[in-house]
Amino acid sequence: MMKGGWFRVYALGYLLFLYAPIILLPIFAFNDAAVVAFPLSGTTTKWFAQLMNEPSLHIALKNSLTISVCSSVMATILGIFAARATTRYRFPFKAGIMGLVMLPLVLPEIILAVALLVVLLGIGVPLSIFTVILGHVLICTPFAIAILSAAFQALDQSLEEAAYDLGEGPVSTFRLIILPLVLPGIVSSLLITFTISLDEFILAFFLAGSEATLPVYIFSQFRFPNSVPVIMALGTILVLMSITLLAIAEYFRRRGIAKSGGKDTGGFL
Amino acid sequence: MADKNTMIEFRDVHKYYGDYHALRGITAEIRAGEFFSLLGPSGCGKTTLLRTIAGFEGISSGAVLIDGKSMAEVPANKRPTNMVFQSYAIFPHLTVEQNVGFGLRRDPRTAAEKARAVEEALEMVNLKGYGGRAAHALSGGQRQRVALARALILKPKVLLLDEPLSALDKKMREQMQMELIKLQRQVGITFILVTHDQEEALVMSDRIAVMFEGEVAQLADPETLYRRPNSRRVADFIGTMNFLPASILAETADTVEVEAQGFGRLTLDAGQVTGAATASGANVGFRPETLTILFDGQTAPDRESKATVVEVVYYGDMTYYDIRLEGSDQPLRLSMRNVFGRPVLDIGTETRVAWSPGALVLFR
Repeated sequence: MMKGGWFRVYALGYLLFLYAPIILLPIFAFNDAAVVAFPLSGTTTKWFAQLMNEPSLHIALKNSLTISVCSSVMATILGIFAARATTRYRFPFKAGIMGLVMLPLVLPEIILAVALLVVLLGIGVPLSIFTVILGHVLICTPFAIAILSAAFQALDQSLEEAAYDLGEGPVSTFRLIILPLVLPGIVSSLLITFTISLDEFILAFFLAGSEATLPVYIFSQFRFPNSVPVIMALGTILVLMSITLLAIAEYFRRRGIAKSGGKDTGGFL
Repeated sequence: MADKNTMIEFRDVHKYYGDYHALRGITAEIRAGEFFSLLGPSGCGKTTLLRTIAGFEGISSGAVLIDGKSMAEVPANKRPTNMVFQSYAIFPHLTVEQNVGFGLRRDPRTAAEKARAVEEALEMVNLKGYGGRAAHALSGGQRQRVALARALILKPKVLLLDEPLSALDKKMREQMQMELIKLQRQVGITFILVTHDQEEALVMSDRIAVMFEGEVAQLADPETLYRRPNSRRVADFIGTMNFLPASILAETADTVEVEAQGFGRLTLDAGQVTGAATASGANVGFRPETLTILFDGQTAPDRESKATVVEVVYYGDMTYYDIRLEGSDQPLRLSMRNVFGRPVLDIGTETRVAWSPGALVLFR
């Protein structure tokens, strides 16, 4: 065995474990058989065509996109306020308050879902897309804060003072100096919270009522063996979308860093 | 009270951070058009004091006046001051031009006039033709110039400089010191510099306030500060000063008679006495260059003593010796300009040194 050989084997095994199941998605999505099993039997695109004729899928997709867009925007806005407050100001019980805000990151989602459900039913809020958005904002905000805190932390405080010194007020300073410099962080936050919300299952399952989201729809389809190849086709599209989204996010992040002359300290890719 | 020549006036300024007393009753005046330095070790309150002028730091009591007007109700963005930050605070997402012209956003002039003003400001700091560059691509010295141009384009009454040269290397720093002095003479604006570098303060300033622990220890022109420091602490901070224990024998209105270790009995002028009495006893102090080694055949113009060389440090143009006077156990620092043909003495050499009672300062 050559030098480092075992590490190669380990790395290969690790990658295989991570991605082999995902490679199966496109394989069976193009396989001309209703049963997901080897050996394969010819290629087809009929599963993709079938996606077009699933009205319930289209509704679920629309619901999911509505929820993801709303909750990523709301979580990012809340994240901007919180990140700005923690990096710029000192206030009493700061550590405790931030701990509470970040807690949903580690709280079991199923517990959160049950608790939210009990409260919402208790105060008589009907379950809908809106209640899912509430739940998703709750779990997305800590991610937004984590990403945005890093962006705000990297900001030299004297830049802000320089803007005041040159005659600008707090609002124009934020618009002209702070916002452009933390924009890459804001884009990252939007994309990541969007993805988290898009594939979130437990909260959506509990809080959506009769309005299924995409993950809830996919889960429900597994009761019908016939629709498994269709799900594979759907999965293939989602994986491609994710990679594209990630690539775009990384492109903007790197461009942002190059523009402001900062040092690249890692990212998604 | 302040005359019309006063640009900045501090009236018993106190600043507390919680229990920490950062500024302890600063009362001082800075004249219009002078190059003024706030000098002191880190944590002495010099930057805090500068920031009270800019308006970034409120004060707990007292008053800060700029050009006769109290700044109590005036926010930072409405004060007639501009600042060059320690980190330069160049906006990294803007070009050099946009940085320099940033303060002109609210200016009613036309775009063409503003562009001309930016061009002139860049020319003033020797950055002509750099307008289109991205700000983050500049070197340290160039950023410094952009920061200067950006602050001066608004023609402030006072320019505040917060350790602007500390991030530059030695050569660049010395060059910028000269350029800053020239620039200040050219624009005639009051410059206030914060620095911990005593040499920089001496080189650049018309007057210097030496600060320790939130108080002004001495406010004077560079020469007075160097030749007549008002305390051992100021003397130690500004350059090197030798001290020898001394005892005061007799005192009249005009003269003081002292017995100084190694120097013997001396009669000093009352003007040479400085500082208040301390528990540790009196000292005479003198600068290294006021002591001179006498080579073969040379005679002292004033007084001379026997001495032994205990340490030699060769600096090229200068040689620093540590010597011990006969009858003293105190090592003294002595500096000699190296002249062609004159040897550098070895450790242990017995020699003679010339000195003058007039160059001494008595710390009592």
